[in-house]
Amino acid sequence: MKPAAFEYCRPDTLEEALAALAEFADDAAVMSGGLSLGALLNTRLVQPAAVIDINRITGLDRIEVTGSMLHTGPLVRQADALNSPLIGEALPLLAAALPNVGHYQTRSRGTLAGSVAHADPSAEIPLCLAVLGGEVELASSRGRRRVGAGDFIQGALETGREGDEMLAGLLWPKSQSGDGVAFIEVSERHGDFAIAAAAAVARRDGDALRYTLGLGGIEDRARLTSGSAPAAASAFAELAEQAAGDLARQLDPMQDRRASAAYRRHLAGHLGAQALEQALVRAGMEGGT
Amino acid sequence: MVESVKNWLGQAVPRFEDEALMTGNARFIDDLSPVPGIRHVAILRSPYAHAEIRSIDLAPARELAGVIGAVSGQELMAGLEPLASAVRAPMNYFPMAADKVRYVGEPVALVAAEDRYLAEDAIEAIEVDYEPLGAVVDPIAGQQADAALLHEAVGSNLVHQRTFRYGEPEAAFEAAEHIVRLNWRYPRQSSTPMETYGAIAQFEAAPDRYTIWSNFQGPFILQPLMVRALKIPGNHLRLISAPHSGGSFGIKQGLYPYLVLLAAASRHFGCPLKWIEDRLEHLSASSAAAARADGIEAAFDGNGMLTGLRFANCVDVGAYVRAPEPASVYRMQAASNGSYQVRHIAIENRLVVTNKTPIGLNRGYGGPQFYFGLERAMEVAARRLDLDPAEIRRRNFLPASAFPYDAPGGAVYDAGDYGKGLDMALELTDYPELRARRAAAKAEGRLFGIGLAAGVEPSGSNMAYVTLALTPEERAKAGGRSGGLAAASVSIDPSGSVTVHTDSTPAGQGHATVAAQVAADRLGLEPRDIQVITAIDTQSTAWSLASGNYSNRFAAIEVGAIAESADRIGHKLRRIAGEMLEVAAEDIELAGGRAHVTGAPEQGIALARVAAASHWHPAGLPDDLEPGLDDTTMLSPAVLGAPDEGDRVASAVTFGFLCDLTAVEIDRDTGRIRIDTYVSVHDVGRVLNPIIVEGQIRGGFAHGFGAAMFEDLAYDEAGNFLSGSFADYLCPTAPDLPEVKIGHYETASPQNPLGSKGMGDGSSMLAPAAIANAVADALERDDIELPLTLDRVWRMANELGEGE
Amino acid sequence: MMRLGLGERRRISCTVNGVARSGFAEGRTLLSDFLRHELNLYGTHVGCEHGVCGACTVILDSRLARSCGTLAMQADGAEITTIEGLGDSDREPALREAFSRHGALQCGFCTAGVLLSVKHFLQHNPKPSDGEIRDMLSGHLCRCTGYEGMVRAIAEVAEGQP
Repeated sequence: MKPAAFEYCRPDTLEEALAALAEFADDAAVMSGGLSLGALLNTRLVQPAAVIDINRITGLDRIEVTGSMLHTGPLVRQADALNSPLIGEALPLLAAALPNVGHYQTRSRGTLAGSVAHADPSAEIPLCLAVLGGEVELASSRGRRRVGAGDFIQGALETGREGDEMLAGLLWPKSQSGDGVAFIEVSERHGDFAIAAAAAVARRDGDALRYTLGLGGIEDRARLTSGSAPAAASAFAELAEQAAGDLARQLDPMQDRRASAAYRRHLAGHLGAQALEQALVRAGMEGGT
Repeated sequence: MVESVKNWLGQAVPRFEDEALMTGNARFIDDLSPVPGIRHVAILRSPYAHAEIRSIDLAPARELAGVIGAVSGQELMAGLEPLASAVRAPMNYFPMAADKVRYVGEPVALVAAEDRYLAEDAIEAIEVDYEPLGAVVDPIAGQQADAALLHEAVGSNLVHQRTFRYGEPEAAFEAAEHIVRLNWRYPRQSSTPMETYGAIAQFEAAPDRYTIWSNFQGPFILQPLMVRALKIPGNHLRLISAPHSGGSFGIKQGLYPYLVLLAAASRHFGCPLKWIEDRLEHLSASSAAAARADGIEAAFDGNGMLTGLRFANCVDVGAYVRAPEPASVYRMQAASNGSYQVRHIAIENRLVVTNKTPIGLNRGYGGPQFYFGLERAMEVAARRLDLDPAEIRRRNFLPASAFPYDAPGGAVYDAGDYGKGLDMALELTDYPELRARRAAAKAEGRLFGIGLAAGVEPSGSNMAYVTLALTPEERAKAGGRSGGLAAASVSIDPSGSVTVHTDSTPAGQGHATVAAQVAADRLGLEPRDIQVITAIDTQSTAWSLASGNYSNRFAAIEVGAIAESADRIGHKLRRIAGEMLEVAAEDIELAGGRAHVTGAPEQGIALARVAAASHWHPAGLPDDLEPGLDDTTMLSPAVLGAPDEGDRVASAVTFGFLCDLTAVEIDRDTGRIRIDTYVSVHDVGRVLNPIIVEGQIRGGFAHGFGAAMFEDLAYDEAGNFLSGSFADYLCPTAPDLPEVKIGHYETASPQNPLGSKGMGDGSSMLAPAAIANAVADALERDDIELPLTLDRVWRMANELGEGE
Repeated sequence: MMRLGLGERRRISCTVNGVARSGFAEGRTLLSDFLRHELNLYGTHVGCEHGVCGACTVILDSRLARSCGTLAMQADGAEITTIEGLGDSDREPALREAFSRHGALQCGFCTAGVLLSVKHFLQHNPKPSDGEIRDMLSGHLCRCTGYEGMVRAIAEVAEGQP
């Protein structure tokens, strides 16, 4: 299990990285933490002409507030995000999801952006980005553009990234104080990719609680539903069950060795209801009396 | 002077192996470069389950820079004999496929290059033209007339079938008040040690001979098979074990065809070759525990006494019967009454070849499958007969007065008190309270269940039990077979330090520490002062067919050989010291590194000086004493005789006992099994080192738990392999494992001077049955299949079928 | 930008266990192979080469790295700690002693990676709960011990901290 030969490029600046990407067009792989790419290279499932190692580029590891958004650079490690007070405060959903991402060891070098770029249907980070309505920032020597998380991921391991582009960052709409969030997943073992994951956010808007529920691991990308609930409701269980059930019924779940379509659909409804109810209750409490 | 005699055995001596392992100083096979000029091997493997090889084009590989050469199976195997087994059907098993591939991962070509990277580049360049054939993946379907044939010369995929009768099973079933029938499946699993296979092979000419360094772990009965395949005298194949082995659990037995392959390739290319199996190769093509499609019938009288058993065993053996198979299905046969009194047993063993990797040794070797049938049947019977699962076992256990016990299949159970083990398990779980919690949970509609499993742990194999695969007439023709040897040497060098050699090739079981404890007690030394070599070099260490690390043989037999040699050395030291101190040898005691007069510790002399006398001054020794201090013991326990005409055989030396009791609760919404309680009680005879014994018990449980919950080497209907990475083949991790309470009691074995029994398989054999029983109890159904994945359990908990 | 073409080799210099070391590597050379076969630091073990088992874990510039999923080139100029570098500092002797006493290792093949994880983990979480210890250990596969001895040993050493 040794990688096929490739040209190794280690740019010192983003411009150099983008130039190299342009040079190799569709045939280069960008390496950040290497947690997903390393295994693909070693098994020779991917054999790029070049590997562009962005780890030496300074400034890509920043977590910055830009207006109502939080920008995380392409080298923000999952462990640093988990330990970041800023993310704990502004992105409680991501903070709740991160302990489920891989293991203590893999989070140490694994990046937020790398997980999004890899686009595994069961991955937690892209699910959170989608539920929060975040964006992916793409850079190439042609310029920069932003794509909504929902549009960026186009299928299992498929994204809207052009061959000469790299992820220049993720843009996360900040949560507001009083927002309710919840993240729940089921996996065969601790630390495995989720068989099904549910992420929910809810926010008070006048007399209503506006919510978004996302389900990961069911289809080839995260699926979302949004709606609102009366903030004064005494309980949200029924509404959550209804909303999650409606979404689950619309889905065409994946079927693999780990789980049947029926089980995934069931978990989608079950976990979705739990997550949504928790988010609504939390938002209701916070925003209430 | 302080009396410093100590009994090191039984003490929690921390292992002497550990320091090197924790400082990066321990050497494993991939760390070695024993000869210059080693080249690196990569193996091209079949992507098809079953296909004719039309042609292989090696030229593109040979053209690559850094490549020494490439060779196909057809070319390389032409100079070899097939690897034999006890099943005589003409399967012609070679280490590399010549004209037909029969499983995904079967070797078809081999490349040697300057490094592994280049070797992998080269195998990618090889072009093979395959003609795919229909695949056999199910051992039942594989016996049907329309199934594809793996071995045309055999004419059937059913390559072996024998029936056995012990006692009067027909009468027992005729008289039965209740008969419990259970058909069950057992998945393919693998022990997946963290270190994969590895070997370095060197061919030298004039005369042709081979030296192979590897992490092969025996049984060394496979050495003569390799010799025969290579067509050389036995002393021209030298096997050397690496100083450390990164785990085995039996599976490194399956390395031996690769040793033949590398030997032949080293000769072919004219240079020493190294091959380190990668994880994908290991999962897909090393070996596996047998998948089974079995049936069991159990006859009971009105009092819940088990009066008869019928086993219909169907083994999915993979593409070839690779020795020592079919041993996995015969290992438990002599003990097929388990821990019970039942005397009337019928057995049918069928071996079916399928388009999968050949099976072989894995932890528990045949035990997990055997107990899954027997202990599941006991669970079903308890429910049917409305008996408590503990009570039905208690009634049927062999009584403590029965030992030594001559089992119907010929096993001689050395010592035991099974009721005591059950009592301890019930006490540790607070069984009445557990039953009450179960009742309360069930009343609330919760899915809570209790599962029990009990069994004996055969240890120290009779090398002849596999010849049950032959008829008595065939056995007579083949010549006698019996025994299970152990070899050990104890020596003292001129400076007075002690070295012990064992033939046990451990892979983490701490044999060096226990061997030092054994010798220290007998020579009055500190264990730390004794050097123990556990690696085998067939050119210089004492070894036998039975050498190696399998079937828990160390504490069953090996320790006896160490003790015997140490005693003889000790006796000699006492003779010499007696001469020096002018007293009789009988009046000398060895303690604290000295030989002294019994009762007068001040009248003594340092052991090193006594030992030195035999090296430096042989003329001064008593006349009848040989110079030097070097003693080798080869022993085979007397009980391990040849199989008799009724197919009865004493299959193992010691029979430990274990009893696992668990309670589970199932979440109906997710299918998640929560282990509420797990208790594991063991009688391993005298405990030689509690740290090591507890480690083996916990490790054995982890294997059994993984087998119950996650592990499955899966193939699809076309024979494609689906478990090719550690993200697909799921082994338990730290948060997955529940707390396990361990109980110990001892019935000393009379089979060795220390009273110990072999141990190590442990709960790897029982946890799958115990957990399945608890799940069956929670769900109140009989059709439990492993692994108990979330999806499968959710489906059962909600009474959904496969398609729903 | 540093570039290394197909099949080209380059000298890599790094600090391993506090000592300046150097050796040659290609672009595709894995850090695990570089440490083992170029620097002859055989204490780092390779268990799966696809980033799951954790046996090859080392500390690379203060982060835990699966050395099988890291390129040797990424170690250029870096500071690396391997099992050979764990010695008498901090709680390392206590950790080894506790591992041995609690039966936290058997074959020892996974142990190097585990000990490096533990070193990193206890620096960041000096007083972990048993649950946190198990969670951290989920990044390592051990087939011998059932992990119980590791959990006990780590908890005990952490407990003994000031």
